[in-house]
Amino acid sequence: MVSRAARLYIGLVVVLTALLVAAASMAPARGTWGLMPPATMTGPVSMPLFALITLQCLFLVCDSVDTPLTARQTKWSPSSAATLAAVVLLGPLAAAFVGASSLLSLRRQLRVPERMFNGAMHALSGLAAGVAYLVVGDWLARRFDVPVVAQSGKHVPLNDVALVGLPDTGHFRIIIIAFAAAAAVHVLANHGLIWGVYRLNRGTGMLRREGLESSLSLLLASDFGYACLGLVIVSLWDIMSWFSAVLVLVTLFVARWAMGQFAEQQRAYAETMSALCQAVETKDFYTRGHGDRVSRGAVMIARQTRMSADRTDAIRYAGMLHDVGKLGVPTQVLQKTGALTEEEFAAIQLHPMRGLEIVREIGFLYEALNGIMHHHERIDGRGYPMGLAGHEIPEFARIIAVADAFDSMTTTRSYREAKSIDVALDELRRGAGTQFDPRMVEAFIAALDEDEWPLPPEPAGKPPDPTTVTVQDHDDPTAPLRIVEP
Amino acid sequence: MAGGALAGRTPDRMAYWQALDSGRLLLMAAAAMLVAAAFVGVATHHAGQVNLRAALAFGGFIAVGELLRLALPGGREAAPVAMVGAMAYALLLALPGAKPGQQELINFDALLVIAVAAIGMTVGALPHVAAGRSAGLTGMCTRLIAVACVAFIFRPIVSLGLPKQRWELAFAIMAVLLVFGWLIETTIGALIRADDVGARFSVAIRDEMRLQWPLGLAVGASVIITVFSTKVMGLMELAVFIGPLLVTQVAFRRYAGIRATYLQTVRSLARVTEVAGYVEEGHSRRVSRLSVAVGRGLGLAEPQLLALEYAALMHDIGQLSLRDPIPGGATIQVSRAEQEQIASYGAAVIRKAGVLDDVAELVRCQSWPARGHDPEPPLGSMIIKAANAFDDMVGGSMDRDRSAAALDRMRLDPVQFDAEVVAVLGEVAGRRVPSRL
Repeated sequence: MVSRAARLYIGLVVVLTALLVAAASMAPARGTWGLMPPATMTGPVSMPLFALITLQCLFLVCDSVDTPLTARQTKWSPSSAATLAAVVLLGPLAAAFVGASSLLSLRRQLRVPERMFNGAMHALSGLAAGVAYLVVGDWLARRFDVPVVAQSGKHVPLNDVALVGLPDTGHFRIIIIAFAAAAAVHVLANHGLIWGVYRLNRGTGMLRREGLESSLSLLLASDFGYACLGLVIVSLWDIMSWFSAVLVLVTLFVARWAMGQFAEQQRAYAETMSALCQAVETKDFYTRGHGDRVSRGAVMIARQTRMSADRTDAIRYAGMLHDVGKLGVPTQVLQKTGALTEEEFAAIQLHPMRGLEIVREIGFLYEALNGIMHHHERIDGRGYPMGLAGHEIPEFARIIAVADAFDSMTTTRSYREAKSIDVALDELRRGAGTQFDPRMVEAFIAALDEDEWPLPPEPAGKPPDPTTVTVQDHDDPTAPLRIVEP
Repeated sequence: MAGGALAGRTPDRMAYWQALDSGRLLLMAAAAMLVAAAFVGVATHHAGQVNLRAALAFGGFIAVGELLRLALPGGREAAPVAMVGAMAYALLLALPGAKPGQQELINFDALLVIAVAAIGMTVGALPHVAAGRSAGLTGMCTRLIAVACVAFIFRPIVSLGLPKQRWELAFAIMAVLLVFGWLIETTIGALIRADDVGARFSVAIRDEMRLQWPLGLAVGASVIITVFSTKVMGLMELAVFIGPLLVTQVAFRRYAGIRATYLQTVRSLARVTEVAGYVEEGHSRRVSRLSVAVGRGLGLAEPQLLALEYAALMHDIGQLSLRDPIPGGATIQVSRAEQEQIASYGAAVIRKAGVLDDVAELVRCQSWPARGHDPEPPLGSMIIKAANAFDDMVGGSMDRDRSAAALDRMRLDPVQFDAEVVAVLGEVAGRRVPSRL
């Protein structure tokens, strides 16, 4: 599904690219702007067409095996190295052609509009990078008027020499700076164009970039880092021509392997966490799925309040684990239907601390620990375990408290039926300022407008009859063990 | 990643000198002799012919690489960027000359390579020491020896006129030498590690190779790229090429980090059974440490050991299905049928994760007798069964008599406990070996 606005946008990008490429190829011979470098250049590439095809192949290989950068949707491919090598070796137009080969990507699942857009986007970025390269290079050459000597031994001032072609050793000082500018323009153009689609097409299936913001800086840095490989290909071309692409591919594939491993581990990690949390929840019949839902609610609030990616990740796990300490509370207290005695209530009040005890050693959860420990504090200071008030309560805990209360109200408990979402939201509003942080309540309500809330299924089967819950004498090894079906 | 820093330390926090053994001493002595010889040689014979700019550039590159060390899974440490710098310097052919169209052929001695690499590594290691981390001397010495071996073979070849030959020839020689250097590094690493954790060398070297080959491949390709690329671009290439190298390193770092976090999380969450009062304090950890030690003694490879560690940590997770804790948490005191039910419930929990099916299988079979059960339980399950029974009887106590009695009891029951597993258990029970996975 592609939204109408996004279709229009894609169409615009494709047409614009076609026009620009056509204009560039017809531009009067400044030579370097065309596909074939003129023979008068200092170091022409001996077989320009062969070079173009090699770079296109390199581009396609990189583009076709994109790498999951995170466990979520973001994909990343280091194909920019090929485009940028083309910028220096063959010129902007050739770079556009290299980028356009994305149309032929071997990824089968791509549909026609996506292919069109990818091809146009890469072509446009290549063209832009090429122009930036020439402009910056020209300017630098004029500004510093470096007398440069070509490999032939003749004196040729750089501003007259094509920046395009096999570079002469003496040129590299200027080429590196111009290349850095080109790489920056390429990265920005690329991400800018994708961002446009993403904005216009939010909520539909195509090019979902959920989680993009979470790794944007890493993505930009990786793209820029690998773009540098383009210059490495350029410098190797004179010696080993196509084989330079192979060498570069080896390093790229190892990086891809490592990133793939990372994504795999991250996925495994999330799934293991979730499974372990479910295991913890089996002890309490009524709270199945509670952790997952609170985690989801907390993440919704975190996104709404524009929390950073790392912290959003941490709060995801904090939400999942917030009740893990309940394991330390005797089962009969947790499932008791009547009023709690003071002792029993004290046992329950201790559960945030016990949770902390369990997860304290998980290194990356620093901030999440606060969330777990204080999720039953109240804004007015009447909560437990510490009785913190207002902004003394860590942000994570204020967020989890809202999601926690909401989920518990919208699920069935042994003593009452589930409330509807509207009723629960009214309760949250009523508690805002006394029990909950009003900012978080508002953020949650706003997030619920945008996203759907997964209402828990009705508890399957009959809840265990509380009168039959027998207390096992823990000194008696012959007492039968009771197994709750998973 | 937070996990990375933790992974490098042994759980026992041995003082550095305590970790020094004869193997390490030998390695360091060899490296020290190399460095001494290199300095003397450079100072006396070659002082005049040193290209100072190249030496400084590569030395700086090596220092940066050594500063940005990489923690790999299993508490290993690598410095791929430093390795690229040092190896590329060892294999350097030519730099662009001062005059156009000329090339300055590089024809220095292997001793210079060693001296520059040693200085670069030391400078790069200083901030680690200043920050209170380990200097990583073992790794540095290993890298230095690998570089020295390659340089001693390659520099004479260069002086025979290699740079004037076709690039394919130089490429082939370099590729062979890089594999050779990698083998040296891996072998020394495996020797040290086998000694540290009490693994067999044959197993350790396979583990090491399996873990190191992707990084080795990237380092090798990067070295060759650097050598040829500097011929054209000059020393500026180092500044350009460090970008992609660092990105690759970040990818590896993230991978190692999430792996460490994973293990840490399972270790912590396995404690839920303790906090809930189902099992004795520290039981899961002791069982997992014992199991890994026994598994190592029986020659299991690292991926299997990791599954074994996870399974041992979570072997009691099935008890969460019990309405109330078993007295004392000792599963050996309840009936077989109940044990199996607990085990299979635990396996069901773990299987839900979808990615730990081998771990779930080990947990599922943990209560099967070693002999006479059809199908036969996997080795990992037999190990967990024995370690669990041992810990149920001995607990955290270090009393020799108690553990001897427990071992005797298990030896008398060859149907339940595999004889070989019990024998190795007897060997490792008294030792405190770091798990290092």
